[in-house]
Amino acid sequence: MDGLLHLDAGDRERLSGEKGEAAAIAMRFVVLLAEAVGAERLIDVTRAHIDGCLYQGRAGLEFAERLAAAGAQVGVPTTLNVGSLDLLHPGLYRGDAETARDARSLMDAYVAMGCRPTWTCAPYQLEDPPAFGEQIAWGESNAIVYANSVLGARTERYGDFIDICAAITGRVPAYGLHLTENRGADVVVDVSRIPPPLRDRDVFFPLLGYVIGRRVPSGVPLVVGVDRATPDQLKALGAGAASSGGIGLFHVAGITPESSLPDFGRGPEPSLPPIAVTVQMLRDARDQLTTGRTGAALGAVALGTPHASAAELRRLAALFDERRVADGVDCYVSSGRDMLTSELRAVDELERAGVRIVADTCTYVTPIIGRVDGVVMTDSAKWAYYAPANIGVRVVFGSTEDCVASAVAGEVVRDEEVWGG
Amino acid sequence: MAEQVEARAVFPGAAEGRAVVIEPLSFWGGVDPGTGVVVDPHHPGFGTALAGCVVVMAHGVGSSSSSSVLAELLRSGSGPAAIVLEEPDAIIFIGVAVAAELYGAACPVLIVPGATRAIRHGAGVAIDGARVRVVKEPPRDGV
Repeated sequence: MDGLLHLDAGDRERLSGEKGEAAAIAMRFVVLLAEAVGAERLIDVTRAHIDGCLYQGRAGLEFAERLAAAGAQVGVPTTLNVGSLDLLHPGLYRGDAETARDARSLMDAYVAMGCRPTWTCAPYQLEDPPAFGEQIAWGESNAIVYANSVLGARTERYGDFIDICAAITGRVPAYGLHLTENRGADVVVDVSRIPPPLRDRDVFFPLLGYVIGRRVPSGVPLVVGVDRATPDQLKALGAGAASSGGIGLFHVAGITPESSLPDFGRGPEPSLPPIAVTVQMLRDARDQLTTGRTGAALGAVALGTPHASAAELRRLAALFDERRVADGVDCYVSSGRDMLTSELRAVDELERAGVRIVADTCTYVTPIIGRVDGVVMTDSAKWAYYAPANIGVRVVFGSTEDCVASAVAGEVVRDEEVWGG
Repeated sequence: MAEQVEARAVFPGAAEGRAVVIEPLSFWGGVDPGTGVVVDPHHPGFGTALAGCVVVMAHGVGSSSSSSVLAELLRSGSGPAAIVLEEPDAIIFIGVAVAAELYGAACPVLIVPGATRAIRHGAGVAIDGARVRVVKEPPRDGV
């Protein structure tokens, strides 16, 4: 193309086929992307996370099988995102057998290429997460934004296909969020007008993420006015912002790691006008994420999107507090398969409360929820955003506390007090 | 009268179609992979058919699974004729590149700064290499 791109000897060997056919295919896509984005060189990545193992149709399967048949093996440690099936609880799947077979073949193809069968959308919750400054190639929008923002690792927004190409070659274009100059803030998001009781609540964070994604669909926001935030709250913020928008990195002043660097904020001034978040914006976000009537019958409750962390599983178990899910309501919590063994006690308590644990997949990407005649309640902006189109349900968004209270009561319960009446 | 717009072809090719100027969209969860219709109820373009059209948007948003959905749309023949963006988007680009590799499906991707203002919804658009020509104004009564 324009000849800007410099390839090193290893890149050229891969491209020429000296390292095998699969490496040549993978390298060709990495080079195509590098040329498309105007990168001048490629850089090494230390690990990859594959989004492409979730079945979308024949194209994804044929690409993976073509690479696997060419002998592809990942060149860096590589984790796998959710698939379309819960391999630990296969009975949960309600889709057709042909799709299940293809979805399984897709998952198998990625394992055959040497990827670890982690089957989680929250690879940052696995042991040995990426370190600050580490260059990685991650797919899955919530994982991308978490790695960049909360861990301070560096990944662009990689999608299906290029994720495995980066994993095979260990190379990506030096562009975008890999480079320091693109990681400064474009826009200030001020939340200091939100009263502290609401600002400290879990429910604030996914809604703030949704608002940010809507108003700054591309760019790097700097959130100011947050006094404290847990990793799980930042995870909910990022997942919301990467669903309603294309956010790959955000900063929270004084909280996320890059905002504390001495050079932070010394770059160009934010290019976009600041956003002052109001309670009304958060209420509107809650209402936009609610596509069902709050007075409608409750069919199911979906929790654990992105996959519940250890702390979230324990908190859910504590919220149920030995109460049970009401008859006629299905309550699901999605989490990584590793949590099912490491958080045995919380998982056991939840199961005794009548909660169905989902591993390896998630309830909004594959047909698991049986009862779609009632509304489904969730505490996840991401779940609420995608589920109506993906699985044809009507959603009521609420806080985690609202969701558990609703599951127990068997009807939609929302605490309006937190919104100032 | 034909009007030419400055463009950079990140995935070159030739295509013609009616312009669908649309708010940023996640193909995954946003477009039915079988029909090419926008199914995201939160999106202002809900119900819009993208098949055979020149999709014009500022950039992509949302899911990293959009590459697969785009490749699937192009495999099944329900995909856009071309995509015009204001800034490069790896997720969209790779979906198109893989569909070309596996199925020979052609869907040029071009970068046009200010595209969503320069190209009117409903206009006839012809793409050839790095040239984007608006060959027909949209109907007066809108689309």
